[in-house]
Amino acid sequence: MLRRFHHTQPDSFEFSEENLKWAREQIAKYPEGRQVSAIIPLLWRAQEQEGWLTKPATEYVADMLGMARIRAYEVATFYFMFQLQPVGSIAHIQVCGTTTCMICGAEDLISVCKERIATKPHQLSPCERFSWEEVECLGACANAPMIQIGKDYYEDLSRESFETLLDDLFANRKPIPGSRKGRFSSEPQTGVKCLAEYENGKAKFSPAVSLAQIEGDQ
Amino acid sequence: MLADRDRIFTNLYGMGDCTLAGARKRGHWDGTAELIKKGQDWIITQVKESGLRGRGGAGFPTGLKWSFMPKNSDGRPHYLVVNADESEPGTCKDREIMRHDPHTLIEGCLIAGFAMNSNVGYIYIRGEYIREKELLQAAIDEAYDAGLLGRNACNSGWDFDLYLHHGAGAYICGEETALLESLEGKKGMPRMKPPFPAGSGLYGCPTTVNNVESIAVVPTILRRGATWFASFGRENNTGTKIFAISGHVNSPCVVEEIMSISLRELIDKHCDGVRGGWDNLKAVIPGGASVPLIPKSLCDDAILDFDWLRDHQSGLGTAAVIVMDQSTDIIKAIWRLSKFYKHESCGQCTPCREGAGWMMRVMDRFVSGKADIEEIDTLLQITKQVEGHTICALGDAAAWPVQGLIRHFRNEIEDRILKEKIPA
Repeated sequence: MLRRFHHTQPDSFEFSEENLKWAREQIAKYPEGRQVSAIIPLLWRAQEQEGWLTKPATEYVADMLGMARIRAYEVATFYFMFQLQPVGSIAHIQVCGTTTCMICGAEDLISVCKERIATKPHQLSPCERFSWEEVECLGACANAPMIQIGKDYYEDLSRESFETLLDDLFANRKPIPGSRKGRFSSEPQTGVKCLAEYENGKAKFSPAVSLAQIEGDQ
Repeated sequence: MLADRDRIFTNLYGMGDCTLAGARKRGHWDGTAELIKKGQDWIITQVKESGLRGRGGAGFPTGLKWSFMPKNSDGRPHYLVVNADESEPGTCKDREIMRHDPHTLIEGCLIAGFAMNSNVGYIYIRGEYIREKELLQAAIDEAYDAGLLGRNACNSGWDFDLYLHHGAGAYICGEETALLESLEGKKGMPRMKPPFPAGSGLYGCPTTVNNVESIAVVPTILRRGATWFASFGRENNTGTKIFAISGHVNSPCVVEEIMSISLRELIDKHCDGVRGGWDNLKAVIPGGASVPLIPKSLCDDAILDFDWLRDHQSGLGTAAVIVMDQSTDIIKAIWRLSKFYKHESCGQCTPCREGAGWMMRVMDRFVSGKADIEEIDTLLQITKQVEGHTICALGDAAAWPVQGLIRHFRNEIEDRILKEKIPA
């Protein structure tokens, strides 16, 4: 699939001090002379810093790893998680549309996105705070249909619960990730049928949802 | 139903304590050093005798795969790479291991690494699993702090470093050689085989790539014995297996069960049955997107294991069971998979790059019925021309669901085309 860098690019890019330190730690995971291995994690961190992946950021990472820039462009355009154009400043909503989610109602979620955010994927909403796209299987099929925003999965959605979720986001409230049907994780909704001994001692939120509750980590 | 005492993944739902202390209470990291001290040959023999077949889709015997690694190093390091790029549509099992029972995987990595003379392991997790990555990294850090990884890991006398690496959203990186390319910092395009990774894999060094579940079950197999593991399931299809059931069942879930469980028992016991009752079932995709579907008539007697499903022109794949009831537009459901493969083809081999698009475009028209009856055979022919003519199995995976649809639901495609042709 043909993917290109955005027509309008910033002049430059630099890692923040914290990210630079982190990047050096990542590079150290790979053997001497194989630092190019770190490109995906580094580009990803650059995207987290800027909100989307810019051409200067790609070049900065290429130079940092001592690789030809064309090789870094190849990586940036090959992997679909790299957003090559600006995304909504509050949320870029990724709706899983592959078969399980589709037969469980993902098309409803996509119509809500079209009605409330933008008619086309990757298009910014008029307020520029939101954007959306349909993505391929996100690997949470037992909790279909679901979406990803930032680091978190929002699962077991319906048109109504998705509308409520959007209401929260529009009002600058951070919704709680996880199931919208009250499930803890991927156990049957009618209650666990095995491993019941752990059920009483369980925390309020599953480990993944608890991480999202740490303030400022979104 | 599999008894709780025979479960390997006792914290599958994350309701128990996910930390190292919790994992130890559930019996993990128990006597790991003693297992390692029994030697590489003992470990590989046990894994072979357990009958464990790879849990990532292909079902290749894990112990045999490990024995392909060179016995002695020629100076090149050996690598263990764990394939945690779980992206086969329908599959959500490794996710539960990594976020809720990560120590099973970490302990497995140490043991597998030792068995293959490897001092370094990489876990390649899909980019979208960000929380899973954070939780698994936290568990790895915990293991380092407790001396279970690093120099003289777990007092076993073996040095072992384990690193977590992530991708950025490319299904193809679940193919082992594409994964290695991606891990080397390149586009994830599969390599020609041979050479196989055991001879020349990551950075040109001997490498074994295993699925998360295949590695994570090993410590328990060694502790409880190969015969214990082999006592579950039919011959040649042994052990316990994590199933992910999604779609039109009353309670979709992820659950560890006995291999060779019947489809009906799995759905009725764990998922409260098919939505609207068993007779409302239309078809099931038993092993993730790339295996052909089976219609209700086969589902009645279906046994979920490698051999039964292969004998019925489907496959166990990743044991991701997608259930579709009578309300499903089956042509559209398979069309969506064709769209998936078109999107995910890496573009390296022409039959797949072009063929996946063709298949999707013909399927587009089958969904609306705006096609000719003869095109069904044309489409079948295209699938045959893609299948087996590409470097990796993505071409096959794109062809099989369409073949399955035509095999079992040709009449529905014909009906729709005829209905469109005859004005109402």
